[in-house]
Amino acid sequence: MTTVTTEQAGSRPQPLETPGHGERTWMRWVRLIPLLAGALVFVFPFYYMVVSALQKTPNPGISGAFPSPASLSLANFVGINNAINLPRTLANSGLFTGGVLLCTLVFGVLAGYALAQLHFRGKQVVFYALILLLVLPFQLLMIPLYVLIARDFGLGDTLLGMILPFAINPTAVFIFRQFFMQLPKDMFEAARIDGASEVAILTQVVMPLTRPAILTALLITFISPWNELLWPFLITKRLELEPLAVALANYISTVAQRAANPYGTILAGATVLVVPVIVLFLVFQRQFVESAIGSGVKG
Amino acid sequence: LAATAPTQRRPSRNWVRTVLGEQPIGYLFVAPFVIFLVGIYAYPFFYAIYMSFFDYFFAAPGAEVDRPFVGLANYARALQDPLVHIAIRNVLIFLVINVPLTVAVSMVLATALNGVIPFRAFFRAAYYVPYITASVAAVGIWLWLFSGFGLVDKILGPLAPNPSWLVNAGWAMPIIALYVTWKGLGFYILLYLAALQTIPKELYEAARVDGARRVASFLVVTVPGLRPATLLVVITSVITGANFFTEPYLLTGGGGPDNQSVSPVFLIYRFGIEQNHPGYAAAIGLMLALGVLVISGINRFVLERE
Repeated sequence: MTTVTTEQAGSRPQPLETPGHGERTWMRWVRLIPLLAGALVFVFPFYYMVVSALQKTPNPGISGAFPSPASLSLANFVGINNAINLPRTLANSGLFTGGVLLCTLVFGVLAGYALAQLHFRGKQVVFYALILLLVLPFQLLMIPLYVLIARDFGLGDTLLGMILPFAINPTAVFIFRQFFMQLPKDMFEAARIDGASEVAILTQVVMPLTRPAILTALLITFISPWNELLWPFLITKRLELEPLAVALANYISTVAQRAANPYGTILAGATVLVVPVIVLFLVFQRQFVESAIGSGVKG
Repeated sequence: LAATAPTQRRPSRNWVRTVLGEQPIGYLFVAPFVIFLVGIYAYPFFYAIYMSFFDYFFAAPGAEVDRPFVGLANYARALQDPLVHIAIRNVLIFLVINVPLTVAVSMVLATALNGVIPFRAFFRAAYYVPYITASVAAVGIWLWLFSGFGLVDKILGPLAPNPSWLVNAGWAMPIIALYVTWKGLGFYILLYLAALQTIPKELYEAARVDGARRVASFLVVTVPGLRPATLLVVITSVITGANFFTEPYLLTGGGGPDNQSVSPVFLIYRFGIEQNHPGYAAAIGLMLALGVLVISGINRFVLERE
């Protein structure tokens, strides 16, 4: 039911012009010009990243964007692996991100459900507090959080300390709530009369029905710890715990001054950091619903 | 047993329900999230206010150190600090470039993407690639593109600035602003795409009946129809703009050249963590948050006038 409307708003084009207007055909091509220019600006740098990473000494000239297949090598990937230990840093990124996803999926869905469909005193207060706190920039809280987590709790250089500030993504909770609200009330009444517990209603009725929205919220949640630099950078002093983004940033800031053309290895590291995210988004592209992101706009 | 249990419990349950609401289990469901919000947002926020009035510094857990109360001294120092002035100027440069560019380009691209066009899925995916990319990786690409011997300079030839973009005091901030705009556009395009679905089609039909051409109906129907989304876009980019850190840290090599591209958050990091003056850093952070709040308020007022 709701999922159907979601699909329509999300992945189907909503034609503004009525089909069958022959003179409109050329308009479609005019529309394509800004779109193509945009796509070039957005995608070319990534193509260029991969192509340059595959050249032992990247060629900065225009011809470097179109190298002959014979000149390609994996030397830079070996180079960056020697510098920042890709398996270890990738595993750290994975643990950090996995912990955040798990907490958001469990506690975030519970909170979103309670805020959307359960009646208890003080619910509105929690909701407005959520909205209010979302406006606070994380960077402002960073110094006190650092004192709290690293100094008071002694969680500096631990995975837990790294995960804590990101544990439950408030934006995801907000999206969960918006989507759970759209489900018909009668359905919940019926399930409750049948004696289903709230946990059962949530896991067996609500979650299967809102799978695209949950996936979208989790995808949005995924990118924040995976890409995050500042917090794990502050909290990790030990090399063994550094996620890939932090290790690569440290590599860029130290090596850039020393090497003449360090870009090959930097770009190889960047490729390793970027590819999992892009693959994930392409795989879930069909599930990725704009309406989940836009739920804030419609309010 | 299942049939009798509810009748037995009903009296006490009714009492609980009138006080706490229909489903008191809701408290249990929101509890972890509420604890999280209090611990990660609310408490640090008040702690930041507290710290900003002290000459605070980090010490090992349990160590007793003197952290004298200094009143508004941290705030006074921030107002007089030339680095803070540069950071504020940089945020303004950033906003002047980023906000209009973001609103205009994402609105046009979202509208173009909303019609019947070939390769729609490809375009949609292409646009959010920079948004989902780690800043560290994207910065690596831009370092390569805009280095003194990079592709951009090769294409521009003699037109390329000297000194090169990222070490040029005049260009460092505009490049950072362009970079952040480029990186964030995908998200704003998706926001506008979602918002476009809420504009009633009848409005476009009416505009067409009135003889409005494509551009006119974009200006008369689409732009006003997207106003709530625009408000959100503007406020979000102001918040992003006040918070950039990775860019001055990596793209311009630590706020360079000669501190000309420092941002408030970069200063918070430098003063708070590197130089161990967290009280001073907290004061800068609070002034920054206040500034964001004021600018967002002004935006809201301007964009929601009628």
